[in-house]
Amino acid sequence: MAMANSLQLVIVTESVIENTIIEEILALGAKGFTVSEARGLGTHGMRSGRWTVGGNVRIEVIGDADLCERIVATLQEKYDADYGLLMYTFPVNLRN
Amino acid sequence: MTFEPVVLFFLLGVIAGLARSDLKIPGAIYEALSIFLLLAIGLKGGVKLAEYPLASLLFTSLVVVGVAALIPLVAFPVLRYLGRMSRADAASIAAHYGSVSVVTFSVAATFLDQHAVAYEGHMIVYLVLLEFPALIIGVLLARAGTAGQTRWDQLFHEVFFGKSILLLIGGLAIGYLAGPDGIAPLDKLFFDLFKGVLAFFLLEMGLVASSRIADLRRYGTFLVGFAIVMPVAAALLGLFLGRALGLSEGGAVLIATLYASASYIAAPTAMRIAVPEANPALSIGASLGITFPFNIFLGIPLYWWMAERIYAGS
Repeated sequence: MAMANSLQLVIVTESVIENTIIEEILALGAKGFTVSEARGLGTHGMRSGRWTVGGNVRIEVIGDADLCERIVATLQEKYDADYGLLMYTFPVNLRN
Repeated sequence: MTFEPVVLFFLLGVIAGLARSDLKIPGAIYEALSIFLLLAIGLKGGVKLAEYPLASLLFTSLVVVGVAALIPLVAFPVLRYLGRMSRADAASIAAHYGSVSVVTFSVAATFLDQHAVAYEGHMIVYLVLLEFPALIIGVLLARAGTAGQTRWDQLFHEVFFGKSILLLIGGLAIGYLAGPDGIAPLDKLFFDLFKGVLAFFLLEMGLVASSRIADLRRYGTFLVGFAIVMPVAAALLGLFLGRALGLSEGGAVLIATLYASASYIAAPTAMRIAVPEANPALSIGASLGITFPFNIFLGIPLYWWMAERIYAGS
């Protein structure tokens, strides 16, 4: 299913809202996603991944620019104020 | 007053953390240890529960839970008006202090065992029942008079089907149904190894707490004072209630410890979901960085000492 102009959207956020974010993404039309646990430092402080509430996740979604735009707008409106949230996209070449 | 040696593992963890040692308990092992502890505590309680008439337990449970509701309701105005905290922060911290800590309870129980002090086995039921009402009170306090919307469905799912309540209630039910004879083949794993696993868990908690202790200065003296005075006041309430309910001295110490302890596993997750605008560093810092070490090193021996004075007067 090679798609031209695909984007990979990466969402780094708090693990407590992982399930909520995934529901949002699927409701907005994403066909799938990949989640991995993450550690790091940001404006919401050190996320050591040591403690249930202190963990971060990195959620990756691949889709067209339109889908990524919808996801970014929705998440920004609902979660950016209260939760640690970082989103970025880059072009990908799907190979299968 | 000697303290239970198992708490020294917590101290070792704190020292390792402050010294930036490379010691690290892998996340998967931490998860496994916490599942073991919750199940073992539930099973232990379930076996003991079979010895008590359930009907009388219902009444005392209602009283214990009802009186416990005073803790967040008193803590909230203190934090809000004396501590000048935002509504969300005050409510979130009040919820943490109203809820309970399973590990603090376990340390108190091993402390009583070490001093050969008897206590009622159904205390575990109170441990389960006290975990969640304060979380709901906290959310209501945070939301009173504000327009912010609450993700109630997620909060309830997290509270009732989160692993701590699920495993405690599950263990309690299995222990109750199986009875002492049925559970005997599992004794070696769940009861004999309990203290050793608790030691590992405390080592990890020391490591985590050390990162909170390091930035104690940022919380301000008010919160540090609150994190010590609040548990002692709540413990006194628990001791008098225990005596009024006719519990043994050991039982009253456990009620006092439950009232004094602050949650740092269930409450942070629940508050992060339901009151996201509250600063989690304040509540976890106070409960894990100050109240937890205070309780296991000084609080529990102090509550026992106070219980002896209160019971001697009767």
